Amino acid sequence: MLTDPQLAAIAESPYKADFPLLVQNPQIAFLDSAATAQRPAAVLDAQRTFYETMNANPLRGLYRLSVAATSAIEDARGRIARFIGAIDEKGEPQASQIVFTRNTSESLNLVANTLGRQVVLGEGDEVVISIMEHHSNLIPWQQLCRETGARLVYLRMDEDFRITQQEIDEKIGPKAKIVSVTHVSNVLGVENDVAAIARRAHEMGAYMVVDGAQSVPHIGVDVRELDCDLLAFSAHKLGGPMGIGVLWGKADVLDAMPPFLTGGEMIDSVTETDAVWAPVPQKFEAGTQDAAGSFATDAAIAYLESLGMEAVEGRERALATYLTDSLAALDFVDVIGPTDGSRHIGAVSFDVHGVHPHDVSSILDASDVCIRAGHHCAQPLLTELGYQSTCRASVAFYNDKADVDRLVEGLKMVWQVFNGR
Amino acid sequence: MDANTHAGVPGLYNPQFMDHVSHPDYRYVLEDATHTHEGVNPSCGDELTFYVRIGDDGTIEEASYQGHGCAISQASADMMSDLMVDKTPEEARTLCRTFMGMVRGEETDAEKIASLEDAAMLKDISHMPARVKCAELAWRTLDEMLAETQE
Repeated sequence: MLTDPQLAAIAESPYKADFPLLVQNPQIAFLDSAATAQRPAAVLDAQRTFYETMNANPLRGLYRLSVAATSAIEDARGRIARFIGAIDEKGEPQASQIVFTRNTSESLNLVANTLGRQVVLGEGDEVVISIMEHHSNLIPWQQLCRETGARLVYLRMDEDFRITQQEIDEKIGPKAKIVSVTHVSNVLGVENDVAAIARRAHEMGAYMVVDGAQSVPHIGVDVRELDCDLLAFSAHKLGGPMGIGVLWGKADVLDAMPPFLTGGEMIDSVTETDAVWAPVPQKFEAGTQDAAGSFATDAAIAYLESLGMEAVEGRERALATYLTDSLAALDFVDVIGPTDGSRHIGAVSFDVHGVHPHDVSSILDASDVCIRAGHHCAQPLLTELGYQSTCRASVAFYNDKADVDRLVEGLKMVWQVFNGR
Repeated sequence: MDANTHAGVPGLYNPQFMDHVSHPDYRYVLEDATHTHEGVNPSCGDELTFYVRIGDDGTIEEASYQGHGCAISQASADMMSDLMVDKTPEEARTLCRTFMGMVRGEETDAEKIASLEDAAMLKDISHMPARVKCAELAWRTLDEMLAETQE
């Protein structure tokens, strides 16, 4: 439960004014940031600024405009590296460890198809993931295992939605080659102890991959503290543009991985019969990159930094607690996941007794309340939980108490429609 | 945002519609069915089985359904089952096409829409593109079933 000062702090949002869509649509209660965040004006301005002042094909041109476009990408790498703690002993960001992709899914497909094929050779090898994975951190590994004959092993949750140390020790053994786990579940909102999983993975000689799509936007993520080898996330969930994904990797791991896509700007030299790959990160970035998107991602992270990730996390934890408590107080609603709101990073799944989540979402839409309904691209998790689909509300720092109150009012209307007469 | 995009939503879940959800008339297994067919809507997880008994004169004597799904797919199945009694397979398939055209916003002829009787109330689904598949499930499944019958 929140204290009165905590409630007062989320009563209004000083941040909504920074988001044009929220300003132009004050009637909307946007509670689907786990699917995609809203974009602050600074990001939209950056996208436009790129095309108006520095548009040229990056890396290729020898004239100043192209140099400016190249800088837009390279500066963004530096800011992203610093944001996730990818810095050396002197505190310098390791920009070359940041690979741009289209989204988290592509980052993870890249890893499965490069590192995966390098180290997962066949029968006797194991890939370990968790039952909480989004399909994008599940299907690439599932298919790799099917092709190679390796075994796909699932870390499962206890009744309190935790992956225990005992489970970690039992499931990650000497046959494990790759462990790939989500930092925060997109359905349950719970945070996994990725550092503990990474420790065990490394003890067993396996690589540790982290899906940070639901954590990087909401909590301060530091790759040195997690001690993972690779981290994937998307710009659009942290206020950046759609179509920009990030893959961070330790330098030696990225260096050893073969390229994923081949083509323009990812080579040092090409002959009729052979090619020499460019160094990381260009080795993984075939073709013209979305430089404007990278520039706008830079702006999105600069915006978050101006707020401070501690402030963002604190406010979002308060909002998630208020959301969880509000849902748990409705006798016709079950919270799916911990009822302790402080364990939710952004997302809270729930069930309205006897009402299909798609009907819940459609009726809430009539009151301009936006939530997600469905399987959330995590069907094995939903099966484990015993649901076909769920409702999911998710908060970001720009939400306020009124948004959650609107959801509660809307849910009462849903109940009225189905049971009112 | 275009305010009309969800103009039909509040009105759709009206008492008449909800009556088909809460008190369906045709939600049962038809023991002496001559034809059955399963319909699945992967995005919703809707899974419905449809039963039809075609009589000696070639018309549909009885239609019913079983399964789980959202209110729209359930209500739609109930309305359809009621409509299909005494129809020939050809007439039934014409109605299916009219319904699918209506919910996609392609069929606007008032007379044809009226031929759908109760199911005409689902016209506003055409403003809810995300729910078209829910509304169509029953009709698409029946159409497939009858197409196989006629082959």
